[in-house]
Amino acid sequence: MTETATLDSKVPEGPMAEKWDNHKFKIKLVNPANKRKFRILVVGTGLAGSSAAATLAELGYDVEAFTFHDTPRRAHSIAAQGGINAAKNYQNDGDSVHRLFYDTVKGGDYRSREANVHRLAQVSVDIIDQMAAQGVPFAREYGGLLDNRSFGGAQVSRTFYARGQTGQQLLLGAYQQMMRQVGLGKVKLHTRMDMQELVMKDGEAVGIVCRNLVTGEISSHSGHAVVLATGGYGNVFYLSTNAMSCNVTAAWRAHRKGAFFANPSYTQIHPTCIPAADEFQSKLTLMSESLRNDGRIWVPRDPDEKRIAADIPEAERYYFLEEKYPAFGNLVPRDVASRNAKTVVDQGLGVGPLKNGVYLDFAESISRDGLDKVWERYSNLFEMYERITGEDPRETPMRIYPATHYTMGGLWVDYNLMTTIPGLYAAGEANFSDHGANRLGASALMQGLADGYFVLPYTIGDSLAPKLGTAPVSLDDEVFIEAETEVRDRISKFLSIKGTKSPDYFHRELGKLVWNYIGMERDQNGLEKAISEIRALQEEFWTDLRVLGGTDTINSSLEKAGRVADFFELGELMARDALNRAESCGGHFRSESQTPEGEALRNDEDFAHVSAWQWIDENTPQVEHREQLDFVEVPLTQRSYK
Amino acid sequence: MSANTLSLTLQIWRQEGPNTTGAFETHNVSGIPDDASFLEMLDVLNENLIEAGKIPIEFPHDCREGICGTCGVMINGRAHGQEKGTAVCQLHMRKFNDGDTIAIEPWRATAFPVIKDLVVDRSALDHIVASGGFVSAPTGTAADANDTPIPKEVADSAMDAAACIGCGACVAACPNSAGQLFTSAKLWHLNSLPQGQPERFRRTEAMVDTMESFFGSCTNHGECSEACPKEISLDFIAYMNRDYVKSKVFNRKLASQK
Repeated sequence: MTETATLDSKVPEGPMAEKWDNHKFKIKLVNPANKRKFRILVVGTGLAGSSAAATLAELGYDVEAFTFHDTPRRAHSIAAQGGINAAKNYQNDGDSVHRLFYDTVKGGDYRSREANVHRLAQVSVDIIDQMAAQGVPFAREYGGLLDNRSFGGAQVSRTFYARGQTGQQLLLGAYQQMMRQVGLGKVKLHTRMDMQELVMKDGEAVGIVCRNLVTGEISSHSGHAVVLATGGYGNVFYLSTNAMSCNVTAAWRAHRKGAFFANPSYTQIHPTCIPAADEFQSKLTLMSESLRNDGRIWVPRDPDEKRIAADIPEAERYYFLEEKYPAFGNLVPRDVASRNAKTVVDQGLGVGPLKNGVYLDFAESISRDGLDKVWERYSNLFEMYERITGEDPRETPMRIYPATHYTMGGLWVDYNLMTTIPGLYAAGEANFSDHGANRLGASALMQGLADGYFVLPYTIGDSLAPKLGTAPVSLDDEVFIEAETEVRDRISKFLSIKGTKSPDYFHRELGKLVWNYIGMERDQNGLEKAISEIRALQEEFWTDLRVLGGTDTINSSLEKAGRVADFFELGELMARDALNRAESCGGHFRSESQTPEGEALRNDEDFAHVSAWQWIDENTPQVEHREQLDFVEVPLTQRSYK
Repeated sequence: MSANTLSLTLQIWRQEGPNTTGAFETHNVSGIPDDASFLEMLDVLNENLIEAGKIPIEFPHDCREGICGTCGVMINGRAHGQEKGTAVCQLHMRKFNDGDTIAIEPWRATAFPVIKDLVVDRSALDHIVASGGFVSAPTGTAADANDTPIPKEVADSAMDAAACIGCGACVAACPNSAGQLFTSAKLWHLNSLPQGQPERFRRTEAMVDTMESFFGSCTNHGECSEACPKEISLDFIAYMNRDYVKSKVFNRKLASQK
C-alpha cells in the first residue's frame, strides 16, 4: 500500500545552516516587471494568509484574498494568547537558531522535517523585526527594549508577547499590512466568501469556486497559483478551543482533488482548559499554561468524594503528576499532563458536577507568596475563569481538563510549501507543518508568519516563472462550469434530504466518537470501532439531515452542513492514520506501545516517516504514501520526564 | 457551578434582508442552565426551532472567547448586554433571572445595515483601516527590533488602544452612530509609537475623513466607552481630535510645497 516515489520533499543539498540561502539562490525568480502578470489567489486571512497576501502584493503580484469572515481580522489566529518564539537571544541566555531548531525537532518528537524546521528557526528573528516595525505593541522592559518570557517548559526566554493577546496583535499587524495593499488596489479582498471547490486543469490548480455567504451566489475565480491558508481542523472534535467556524473544507476539497493529507491523526490536546459545564456547551476555553507554574494539580483519592475541595485533607488528595513525575511535577509537557488528567477522570476520580475535570489549586502559592503576588501574576486569567464558571479561583481550586487546541496534521507540502498538486500551496496550520507530532508553545504564530512573510513569497516564484506569458484559465472554461455545477449539486443535496436532525446534532455526535477513540489515547480496537461508527453516523447524516431555509441568503445551517460533511470524511481518515501508526509519539499515546512504566514508547524503526494520504474516491479508502524522515543534526533520543 | 435552570421569554428581531422590514418575534425557552453563555442559549433556541421546522435565527458569533469581535447584539437596549467590559459571548445566563423577558436586537446604525436577523454589515470599519490604519513597513525592510527602544509606558498605552476588537459596539451604543472610539483607538495605537510617526498626520486626516463619510458625529456622550467590551478609553478621542487639527495644518504645509 505504500510507495515513496511520488513524494519529493525538494529539500536542498548542502549543510543544514546553508540550505535555505542556497535554495533561494537556485530557485527561479520572476522579474519585478513580470510579477503583475501573475494572479495569486490566497484563501484565508489569518496570520499566514494576511501576511502572504500583503507580501505578495508588495512584490508586485496581482493578489486576490478570500475570507468567509465579515472582515479578515476575525480569523482565529486572533485568539492565541501566550506569545511567539524567536531565536533573538535578547536575554543573553544561550539561545540561538540552532537551539530553537533543536528544541522544535525534539519537542515534535522527531516526526518533522529537519530542513523545514531549521528554516523556521532562521526566519523567526526576522518576524520580530517585521512585526515591531509595523507597530505591534510588544511587551517592553522599562529600558524600552523588548521583554521575553520562558514558555511551555523552554529553558531559554525566547517568547515575545503582547499581554495575553499576542495573536490578536500579530494578526492586526498582518491585517493592517494587507489592508494597506487593499487601499492601494493591489489586493482585491473578498469577504464572506466560502471556498467550496478547488478547480483543476491538466493536473494543476487553476482556481477556486466560492459561495457568497450573504447572497448565496456561486462564483469562480481563476489564478496562476492558489494558496490555502485556511487553518486547522480541530473542530472535528466538536468541543475544542477553536472558533465555531473553523473547518477543514478548503483543505479537504483540495485533498479530494489530489492533494495528499499528511499525519491527520496528529492533533494537539491542551491540558488547561475549562471543562464542559453541560450538554449545551459549544466550545471550550483555554486557560494559559502558565498557571501550572503556581497551581498544584490533584483529584480526591476517593471516587465517591462529596466534600468541597478545601475540606479534603492532604492525605486524601492525589497529586498525580507530582507523585508520578517528581522531577517535573506539575510542569510536565502538555501531552503528559493531558493524558494523566484523562486517566484519573476515566478512573472516576474527576471533580465538578459532571466529574469531568481535575483541580488546579492555588492555595499553597497564595499562602506562600501572598494573595497579592498571585493575583498580580494571574488576575486576568482568574477573572476570565470566574466570568465563565462563576467560581473564584482564590477561594476554590480551578477545575481544568484537556481540550483539542491545534492540529499538526494538514496538507502535505514540500520545502517550497507546495502540495502534491502543482500550483497549490498550503501555509500556516493548514499544512502538515514543522511541528512534527507535537507543537511547542508559542510556535504556531511563528510558523504562520514565517510561511506567509518569509517563505512562500520567495518559493512561489519557482512554479510561476515557467508560466510567464500564459493567462489565467478563462472562467468560461468547462473546468469552472463543471466545478460550479458540483458545488450547486452538493448544496441542493443538503437541502433536499429533509430529515429530522440538525447539522449541529451530527457534529456533536461525531465529535464524541473522535474524542473517545482518536483522542489522546488510542488502541487498535477503538480505532477500528471508530471507523465503523463514524461510517454509520455518516450514513445517518446523508439520510436524516435537516437544513431549513434557502440558498440565496445567510444560512448558517447550510454552511455548517457542508463543513460537517467534510469532517466525517476527515474523521475516518484520522482513525485510519492513527491505526497505521502503531506507536506512541508526541501527544499520541497508543496503548499497545508503552514502556514497562506505562510511558509513551516511540518506534523509530518503523515510524520515522510522514504518512501522506492520497484520495482515491468515495468508495475506496485513501492510500498511504510515506516520506522517510532523516535525523542528521538532531540525533534521535527518547523523551523522559521522570 | 450550579444546577439552576432558567425559563425565559425572548423578543428577537427578525429581518429577511437589508431591504425588507423587520419585526420582533417572541420565543420561549426553558431548561437553560445558568452556566450556559448567552450565545449557547441562542443555540438551544435555534435547535428547538429547527426541530419544529422553523428557520433558525442568524446571529453573529465565532471565537466565543471575547477576542474576535464577531459577536454583538443589543440586549434590552444595551450593546453586549448589561455586564461592563464583557462581549456577549462572555455573558453568562447566571446574570439573568428565571422568568426574565429579554429583548435582542441587531446593532442599529446607518453605517451597519442589517443583512439578516441579528447580523449586520460592518465593512465600513475596514474601509477606515484601509485608508491609513497601518505603518508602511514592507516585508524585509525592518531593522533589528531592539534598535528602536520604546518606553514601557508608551508601549503600554499603545496596547491599551490596540486592544480594540472591532466589534462595533461603540457605534451601536452611540446616539449619533459615531465611529470615533474605534477610529481613535486605531490612531492612538499607531500614532503613539515611534514607528507610526512618519505617517502620523497623513494617517490621521485620511482615517478621520473616511470615518466621517460613513458615521455620525461625536458629541461626547461617552456611551461608546461604557459599552466597549475592552473598555477603550474616551481619552483616545481627545488625542485624535488634537492630531486631526494638527494634521490639517501639517498636511496643508506639505501640499503647498508640491
